[in-house]
Amino acid sequence: MKHLLIIAASLFIATQASAVTKVNGAGASFPYPIYSKWFSEYKKVKADVEFNYQAIGSGGGIRQLIKQTVDFGASDAPMKEKDMKKAAWPVLHVPTVMGAVSVAFNLDGVKSLKIDGPTLAKVFMGKITKWNDPALVALNKGLKLPSTDILVVRRSDGSGTTSIFSDYLATVSPEFEKEIGRGKALKWPGATVGAKGNDGVTGVVKQTKGAIGYVELAYAIKNGLPTADVKNKNGKYVAPSIKGVSASAATLKDDVYNGDLRISIVDQVGDDVYPISAFTYILLPVTKETTQLKEVKAFLNWALTKGQDMAGDLHYAPLPTKLTEVLLKKIK
Amino acid sequence: MEQTVTQKSIKNPAPKGPDSFHLGIPFKLQDKINVWVLRTLAFAIITMLATLIVLLFKQSGEAVKEFGLWNFISTDNWNPVEDEFGGLSFLYGTTVSSLLALAIAAPVSVAIALFLNEMLPAWLGKILGLFVEMIAAIPSIVFGLWGIYYLAPFVKNTLTPMLKGSLGFLPLFQGPSFGIGMLTASLILAIMIVPTITSICREVFKTIPGHQKEAALALGATRYEMIKLAILSPSFSGIMGGVVLGFGRALGETMAVAMVIGNSTTISSSLLAPASTMASVIANEYAEADSDLHVAALCLVGIFLFVITLIINFAARSIVWHFNRKHAR
Repeated sequence: MKHLLIIAASLFIATQASAVTKVNGAGASFPYPIYSKWFSEYKKVKADVEFNYQAIGSGGGIRQLIKQTVDFGASDAPMKEKDMKKAAWPVLHVPTVMGAVSVAFNLDGVKSLKIDGPTLAKVFMGKITKWNDPALVALNKGLKLPSTDILVVRRSDGSGTTSIFSDYLATVSPEFEKEIGRGKALKWPGATVGAKGNDGVTGVVKQTKGAIGYVELAYAIKNGLPTADVKNKNGKYVAPSIKGVSASAATLKDDVYNGDLRISIVDQVGDDVYPISAFTYILLPVTKETTQLKEVKAFLNWALTKGQDMAGDLHYAPLPTKLTEVLLKKIK
Repeated sequence: MEQTVTQKSIKNPAPKGPDSFHLGIPFKLQDKINVWVLRTLAFAIITMLATLIVLLFKQSGEAVKEFGLWNFISTDNWNPVEDEFGGLSFLYGTTVSSLLALAIAAPVSVAIALFLNEMLPAWLGKILGLFVEMIAAIPSIVFGLWGIYYLAPFVKNTLTPMLKGSLGFLPLFQGPSFGIGMLTASLILAIMIVPTITSICREVFKTIPGHQKEAALALGATRYEMIKLAILSPSFSGIMGGVVLGFGRALGETMAVAMVIGNSTTISSSLLAPASTMASVIANEYAEADSDLHVAALCLVGIFLFVITLIINFAARSIVWHFNRKHAR
C-alpha cells in the first residue's frame, strides 16, 4: 500500500514537472479516425503537447468554437455566414483531408451499376421507384435489372455525409435543390428508411435486397458493398476511390486556392474526378496568438505534410501538394 | 499484516454506549451535521430538476414563439432545411410504439411472474427471476444492433408474411415491409420492458398471504381458478402500476428505437412502415443541428416528452402507493 502511494505520488510530481500544454478541440466525427491517429503519432514527435478532441459533431464543434470553450473546431461543411458573424473573430478554414460519399446498393446478381447525377437525384426523391425504370436501364445497357422496388436508405442523424451528398444532388439537379435542398438533415419525401450512422446505413443496405444508400467511402470499402460508378462532368463513369477524390481538388483554379477555402468541390471538371467529394476542415480563430493556438498551427504544419501519408490507410484522400503548399503559407 | 490489523482495532475502538465520542464530535452535533448534509443533497437534486426544466423552457422559447405550442404539436412538417418544424409525427410514433410494446409485454410479463412465483419451486424461481432481471442490464445499443441484424430480417422474412396472410386486410399491415419500422421497434421495446413489469408483478404477488391461496384451493378451485381468484384479482392495481411504469420506460427509450424504427417523419397507418419517436429524433439531430430554431424545436420536443413521462410516472406511483396502503393493513 505504502509503495503504491509513493509510486502514485512520484508519478503525479513527474507529470506536473514537465508542463504539458493541453489543447482542446471539438467537432466532426467523420475525420475522427484520422485525427486520433494523427494526435497519437504527433505525440511521438512532440511529447509536451496533448490534444484532446471530442467528436461531438460538426454543429456542436462550431457552437463550441463560437462560445470559445475549445481552442479549435472541426467541421465537414464550411461555416455559414450567419455563424461566422456570431464568432468574436474571423474563422480560418483549413482543409485537412478529403472524403467521399459512395452510393452503395444491394441487388441480386448485379455487381456494378452506372448512374448519373440527375437520375440519382430522382431515385432519392422517390420519383424512380423500380430498379428496371427506363432511366436506369438506359444508363446500364447490357445489364439485366430486376423489377424490384427501390428502397432508399439515408442517414437519420444529422451528418456531414448527408450534407456532402445533398450538396452534390442539389448541384446537378435543380429539381432536388428546389424541393429538398442542401443540409445535414433533410425532409426526405416518400417511404425512405433512416438509419443511424454510416454503420446503420451499411447494415440496412447489406440486408435488404433492392436497397440503395449513401455511405462514406471507407465504410463501403471495409464492408465490401458494391458501389455505383457515378458520371462526372466530363461524362466519364468513375468508381469511388481515393484517387478520384484527390483529383477533385487538383483541378481547382489558382484564385480559388488563394481565396477563402470555404468552397464546395462536388462535380468538378476532370476525367478522373469522382464527383461526390468534399473537404473536411479544422476551424481556427484568427486572433492574437495563444500558446494553444500556436500548438495547433504547429500540429497542422505536421499534419499537412507528414500526416498526409497516413490518410490513405484510413481511406481518406490526401490533399493535393499544390493545396498543402498554399495552406502552409496561410497558417503562418 | 495481521499484527497491524489488531493494532489498528485497538487504537480506534468502535464507539460504545450513548455518551461515547467518535472523531471527537459529540453525538448530538453528529446528528445535526448529518441532517444538514442530507438536506443539502436532497435539495440539490430538486434544484437540478428545476434548473433542467427552466433551461429546457428557455432553450425552446424561440420555437414556441415561432410556431406556437398547439401548432407545433398538431403539424407533422419537419423540415430542417427550410427551418419549419412540427412534432406531430414524433408524438404519434412515441405513443403508438409504446402502446404496442405494452400490449405485447404486459400479458407476457404477468405470465412470467405467475410462472416464476407459483409454478416453479422457490429456488428455481429465484434463479430464473435473476435471468429475467438481467435483461434490464443489457445496454440498449446492444438491443439496437441485435434489432438491426437479427430482429429486422426476422420481421421482414417471417413475421410480415405471416401477419399479411392472416390479418393482411387490416390497414395496420398494408404496404411493403423493410424489416425496419414501427413493428420492429415495438418488439424491441416490449422485450426491454418485460423485466420492469415482471419484477413489480412478482413483488405484488408475493404480498398475497398463503392462506388465501390455500382457502381458494380448499373451496374446490382448480389451479387456474385459484390464480384468477386469489392472486390476479386482488393484485390488479399493483399489476397496473407495473404496467404503467413499463410504459414510462418505453416512452423514454432512445437508442435501440432510433436504430430500428426507420426514422421517417411521415405518419403512416401501417405498422410495417418506418416512423420516428420523440426521443429518437432528439438523439439523431441534436448534435448536428445548425440553426437555433432547429435546436429550439428539438428542445420543445424534449419538453413534451418530459411532461408525458412525468404524468405517466405520477400515475404509476399513485397506483402503486394506493395499492401498498390498501395491503399494508
